[in-house]
Amino acid sequence: MQATQSSRRRKTVAMLAAMLGTMLLLSACNAGSTGGAPADPDRLVVALTGEPVNLDFTTTAGAAIPQAMMSNVYEGLVGVDQTGAIIPQLATGWETSADNKSYTFTLVEGATFSNGAAFDASDVKFSIERVKSDAWLNGLKSKMDVVDTVVVNSPTSVTVNLARPSQAWLYSMTTLVGAMFDPSGVEDLANTPVGTGPYQLESWARGESITMSARPDYRGPAPAIGHVTLRYFADAIATTNALSSGDVDIIYNMQAPELLSSFQANSAYQVIEGTSNGEIILSMNNKAKPFDDKRVRQAVLYAIDRKSVRDTAWNGLGTLVGGPVPPTDPYYEDLNNRYPFDPDKARALLKEAGAENLKIDFTVPTRPYATAVSEIVQSQLRDVGIDARIRSAEFPAVWLDTVFNRHDYQMSVVLAVEARDVLTMFNNPDYYIGYDNSKIKDEAAAADAADESNYVAGMQNVVRTIVDDAAVDTLFIFPNVSVAKAGITGLGANSVTEALNLSTIAWS
Amino acid sequence: MLVRIAGNLARFLLSLLAATILVFALMRVLPGDPAVIAAGQNASPEIVASLARQFGTDRPLPVQYWDWFSGLWRWDFGVSYVTRADISPLVADKVQVSLILVAAAMALALAIAIPAGTIAAVRHSKPSGALISALSQLGIAIPGFLLGIVLVSFFALRLGWLPANGWVAPGTDFAGFLSRLVLPVMALAGVQSAILVRYVRSAVLEVMHEDYLRTARAKGLSPLRALGRHGLRNAAIPVLTVTGVQFSALIIGAVVIERVFVIPGLGSMLLSAVGNRDLLTVQSVVMVLVAITLVVNLLVDVLYTVLDPRIRAAVR
Repeated sequence: MQATQSSRRRKTVAMLAAMLGTMLLLSACNAGSTGGAPADPDRLVVALTGEPVNLDFTTTAGAAIPQAMMSNVYEGLVGVDQTGAIIPQLATGWETSADNKSYTFTLVEGATFSNGAAFDASDVKFSIERVKSDAWLNGLKSKMDVVDTVVVNSPTSVTVNLARPSQAWLYSMTTLVGAMFDPSGVEDLANTPVGTGPYQLESWARGESITMSARPDYRGPAPAIGHVTLRYFADAIATTNALSSGDVDIIYNMQAPELLSSFQANSAYQVIEGTSNGEIILSMNNKAKPFDDKRVRQAVLYAIDRKSVRDTAWNGLGTLVGGPVPPTDPYYEDLNNRYPFDPDKARALLKEAGAENLKIDFTVPTRPYATAVSEIVQSQLRDVGIDARIRSAEFPAVWLDTVFNRHDYQMSVVLAVEARDVLTMFNNPDYYIGYDNSKIKDEAAAADAADESNYVAGMQNVVRTIVDDAAVDTLFIFPNVSVAKAGITGLGANSVTEALNLSTIAWS
Repeated sequence: MLVRIAGNLARFLLSLLAATILVFALMRVLPGDPAVIAAGQNASPEIVASLARQFGTDRPLPVQYWDWFSGLWRWDFGVSYVTRADISPLVADKVQVSLILVAAAMALALAIAIPAGTIAAVRHSKPSGALISALSQLGIAIPGFLLGIVLVSFFALRLGWLPANGWVAPGTDFAGFLSRLVLPVMALAGVQSAILVRYVRSAVLEVMHEDYLRTARAKGLSPLRALGRHGLRNAAIPVLTVTGVQFSALIIGAVVIERVFVIPGLGSMLLSAVGNRDLLTVQSVVMVLVAITLVVNLLVDVLYTVLDPRIRAAVR
């Protein structure tokens, strides 16, 4: 009995040792992946949250598709640099007619699509006209409504005639509606993207990862990294775990600022802070009680200390702007002083409006930024006598349905990511915010039709009117925070377009 | 015995049929229109209508049901209107991943629970038996995902022995596959083994008091040998039942564990499909989960009949 017992004990010990040994062995297979040095300088893995459901942004909405595809697989005639300025891409330059209604683009020579087809002016005509056709089902297609005709002058020259002058149109051409397609490459965009960009799709594991490889026949300088994998994670903690254990090299647009501190303190990593196009908008239904009264909306703007909202909810990251315009837009101005934090004034306005002891519903989408923001907003509103009951709405399904489509809400909060979206949000009384646009309508149209300097001045006036009317409370501009291994260079800090440009990234 | 098995089969098929109707109906009750979600925040009503037409979600419900149902038997789940891809091969891919995970976890759980439960029963009055019982109590109280997080922070982040998450197919890189399997399997098996230990213990305790075991001991066999030769087969029946039930629970638990460990199995597929209101995909994945559960139950029922002569005799 004694003997069998001790032999059993020995067996148990042996089994445990074997298990530990196996783990060590397995870990050896993975060793060398942590720290700054790349395992293979021709490969890079980027962690992202929010996977694309398919690869076709012409028929499917959502930021994840253009994030992966634009700049990398698809290019436009024009692009945007890190400061938000428009730069040449497939066009080497462009000229505007005297009446500002026609744009003549000169195209690069020698550009090809990844299917081997040459890129020329007829592809520009095809691509722009296709946006206006029924083939496009993305809501952003309306940005191309202003285009009247597209005329091919020569293989390297194309003229786009607008129905009326539009400063906004050229900028739209830098976004996904300006992507250039090959007529023979649009059959299966959801699975097989064909573009002129430096990368092409190598493999795609749905819901997991997209791997892109550098095109050998790209006209420009070859990207430094031959194979880039975008790996998709459902939550931010999983991304930081993957970076810590060496499975990914970069976390782009991180969604959990509270997890940054451990990387900031570690020299094997770099934390890159930049800005984005996304405004966190505390929206109030301008058409429904009690926010159909301008004084009540103004009271909310006075009642909320935006700095403390940002500091508490998003660890002090993000830019305070006071209006629905990010600093990278040409008509940006600092409007933080328009509604300083002043709870007394808020109470007075509520009293004047006869809206004391308000009870409202606060519909909060199930996104990390929204839940983080909602509780501090709730407590600040309570201080001035507004009792906001938080009602959580699954995002996107339920939120889109109730708030966005049926306008069945009083107050909500959402990240508006689309570039230069002031007029989308406020120049349409049927939009979910329900802002009465009669005061800005003509001015906005005039600004868009004006030359560049008058465009900026006109748009600034429009924005000031919107802010004076307290249409919404712009809490802060969403930061673009990335964490990368120390040896990585060339990752753009700012997210001023929808695209994550991979071609500039390299291992030092 | 054959009659009994035929009855089991009939019940299995009826349950499957009922499940298709229920799953289809539940999907239609969910708030959120797939066309609205696919169209996004800037879409006009015309675009939404056009997408609904393309998706076929504007057709009458019976037509939609029949389209989906008639394909099920041919393992053809249709084309997802959100991802624009054939659903069947994707599901087949993800089923493999989930089954590997669940089967490995069940095997590990049984490998721990059967010896541990037997020891706990044989030594129920001794400290070692009490210790096993106490540990199993503790194990039941710890949710799998929490155990997963603890395992990750210790083995992956602190020690750096194993990857924190992700998945590699066994065919492409076997060592990588194993290293990524260890932690999620441990997380899943932890709770399961704790649950199973208790069942094994009580099943063994019960047979220990049976007359035939006392007889065997009287013939000079040691308690463990007597148990091994005569008792375990009898103890196996309640354990088998609970293993079947727990297998279903394990599949559900795997949905959460897959998320913690970023494993591309059915759970991950289900969660993202629900988020995107990819109704066809959700229906199909849920049906596969239901089918797996029902198949396991069917197998348990059949094994029952085979294992226990008394059940066989009763229906003959």
